[in-house]
Amino acid sequence: MNAVTRIVKNALQAAAVLVVLLTSSPLWAVEPDEMLSDPALEARARALSQDLRCMVCQNESIDDSHAPLAHDLRVLVRERITAGDSDAQVINFLVARYGEFVLLKPRLSWHTAALWGLPPAMVLFGIVILVIAARRRADASLAAANLTAAEEARVSELLRSDGAP
Amino acid sequence: MIPEIGHYALMLALGLALIQGTMPLIGARTNDPVLMSMAVPTTLAHFAFVAIAFGALAVSYVTSDFSVLNVYENSNSAMPLIYRLTSVWGNHEGSMMLWVSILAVSGASVAAFGTNLPATLKAYALAVQAWIAAAFYLFILVTSNPFVRIAQAPVEGQDLNPILQDPGLAFHPPMLYLGYVGFSIVFSFAIAALLEGHIDAAWARWVRPWILGAWMCLTLGIAGGSYWAYYELGWGGFWFWDPVENASLMPWLAGTALLHSAVVMEKRSALKVWTILLAILTFSLSLIGTFLVRSGVLTSVHAFATDPTRGIFILAILIIFIGGALALYAWRAPLLKQGGLFAPISREGALVFNNLFLTAACATVFVGTLYPLALESLTGDKISVGPPFFNSTFGPLFIPLTLMMPLGPLLGWKRGDLLGAAQRLLAAAMIAVVAIAAAFALEHGGPVLAPFGVGIAIFVMAGAVTDIAERTMILRVPFGAALRRAVGLPRSAWGTAFAHFGIGVTLLGIVGATAWGSERILEVKPGGMIDIAHYRLTFDGVFTRPGPNYHDMVGHFTVRRAGGGLIGTMEPTRRTFPARNESTTEAALMSRGPSQLYLSLGDPGADGSVAVRVYYKPFVLMIWLGAVVMFFGGGLSLSDRRLRIGAPRPARSRIAAAQAVQPAE
Repeated sequence: MNAVTRIVKNALQAAAVLVVLLTSSPLWAVEPDEMLSDPALEARARALSQDLRCMVCQNESIDDSHAPLAHDLRVLVRERITAGDSDAQVINFLVARYGEFVLLKPRLSWHTAALWGLPPAMVLFGIVILVIAARRRADASLAAANLTAAEEARVSELLRSDGAP
Repeated sequence: MIPEIGHYALMLALGLALIQGTMPLIGARTNDPVLMSMAVPTTLAHFAFVAIAFGALAVSYVTSDFSVLNVYENSNSAMPLIYRLTSVWGNHEGSMMLWVSILAVSGASVAAFGTNLPATLKAYALAVQAWIAAAFYLFILVTSNPFVRIAQAPVEGQDLNPILQDPGLAFHPPMLYLGYVGFSIVFSFAIAALLEGHIDAAWARWVRPWILGAWMCLTLGIAGGSYWAYYELGWGGFWFWDPVENASLMPWLAGTALLHSAVVMEKRSALKVWTILLAILTFSLSLIGTFLVRSGVLTSVHAFATDPTRGIFILAILIIFIGGALALYAWRAPLLKQGGLFAPISREGALVFNNLFLTAACATVFVGTLYPLALESLTGDKISVGPPFFNSTFGPLFIPLTLMMPLGPLLGWKRGDLLGAAQRLLAAAMIAVVAIAAAFALEHGGPVLAPFGVGIAIFVMAGAVTDIAERTMILRVPFGAALRRAVGLPRSAWGTAFAHFGIGVTLLGIVGATAWGSERILEVKPGGMIDIAHYRLTFDGVFTRPGPNYHDMVGHFTVRRAGGGLIGTMEPTRRTFPARNESTTEAALMSRGPSQLYLSLGDPGADGSVAVRVYYKPFVLMIWLGAVVMFFGGGLSLSDRRLRIGAPRPARSRIAAAQAVQPAE
């Protein structure tokens, strides 16, 4: 990896962290007896479980939920982490088992392209519309300043008649 | 007898709404003053009958008349009076009744106080309002009748859902509905303007109080709901990106955009067509929000199937009103003349920037909320869209918005001086940099980027102060003169500054509570101690306490400073409701300045120990305090002289014309 891509990647990660900091709320329904003794592994488990859905709940992560299924999944995540899985391996394991429904942040693929693409597309679309509207307004104001041939004729006629007594 | 009176009154209200929806409309089209003048009395009468219907339902609840099915299912005679009253809207049927009641109040206040409105505009607006009301009455009468009786009246009711037995229920839904319904008035005026094919700056002045009022109520309603969730759900979270929350956030975002575009329209007579569209969209989102929540379609696609009549009815109302309004817009909007040219760098330009990002943010929430539903019904694929998605899409749209916010009020109308405005913000930017440095120096072990979040929040607040300082010229003229200027400033200028300042306050709360909060989750035995932040909590034991329709298991904790000084006690509670055999957690909160200690009780162990969650949430109260400041700012704007006085009357322009003529004599 060259230096430029590394800088870009770091900047992107930093931005992502900032965004998460500004908007996310930490929620916990983890029970004391589930927690791993190694704080580093436990922190990983917590971070992972905030992105995993408790499938029987309404829009709750397994980290928030009191449901028995969420408890089982929290234990499962910790088992995989203790067994030496990377974060990506844990996620892949769960997706293979439960489908993409388990991910609170859907992966970018053809059927989520519209979802992920919309926010930037909205801004770009808005800018394009604004530029077009601004151009059209500028044209319109120019057009208003220039009279048509018929209007010119009428103006000169009016001026002439005004001059007559 | 009382429920039957309510039922009958609701039917009469429907009949009156149909008259109100047709006669003034015909009158306005044929320019018949008699038909147009029917709008006011029918609106007032229809309001009176809705009030009777709502009152009848409330009386059934307060007197615990369990022969009414709705009361039986959602109330209990042991509940305190306040909850017997609030449980009127703690269920589907009753909350629809609250909705239509507030709708009728709004319509009646347009009829009663809108004396300076042009007759045709008023007739059109009240007619549109009546169609909305009629659709809802029909929905209630056909699919959600709250007055249905049970043949054999049960002795006791089934109790209200325990989570709803909270003062939050008295505050949160009415405030939200005031917001939603306030936007319905704006919608009606927008449709009226389209029907008239004519719109001017005076239109913006008439609807601005409604936009402001609705926005204020929605702001406070959302904040109230957030605080309710924070203390009631027991995890100390304040925003969950839950579809139900998103349903209220979408009209807020669109309404905030509308608030700003209406300013441009009023002052500069520009953005007319866009403002009309936003007015339609804001209320459409309120409708969608209300119905998505009420139909249960968000919980599961199959909720539609459980009650097909309700679902189809809902869909029909949405299609008729939103589709109809947008079709009318497409047809009539080209008739509206565009006014007021402006350069890209100007106050108008800044407000357009605001609208662009707010609309994009609103669209993001909309798509994120409905995408799983659409995908599942189209392809059968099930996906989840949760907080991580919203955090990584909504945030990047909100950061430019907050960074630009202080700039807007400093730019001039028509053509602004970007460099000058930036220079005037130099002090604010420097304060923000100092805040970032201070946050870095003071934090220990927090996330690296949190100080920048603090920086943005401080910049927004300092920017709002700069705006006022610039307008009063406080550092350039003697203090007394600045004070006189401050008193002389339009209240809307103060309102803008306060509302923007409130955004900064909320932002600071969010950053503080998320980045520097601490948590402990553990089991503790009596006598055990918990250290968190700079506090030490001692667990003294558990005792039980009876309540009116529940019993409490209370944990008693003594709170001391880490140094040893006694601060007080905290009593987190688990509340069990035997009528439904459900329990809730009542977290104990101890405020220390803007920060809070948060203690919630988990399951008790066999040996007298309990599981507890303890959070220290720095600055957390600022999240909701910011919303209160925004509300206050909105109130200041609402009390602005030009909104109190209303749009200039023709009489005044005659006087002005007469004065202009005088010198010629």
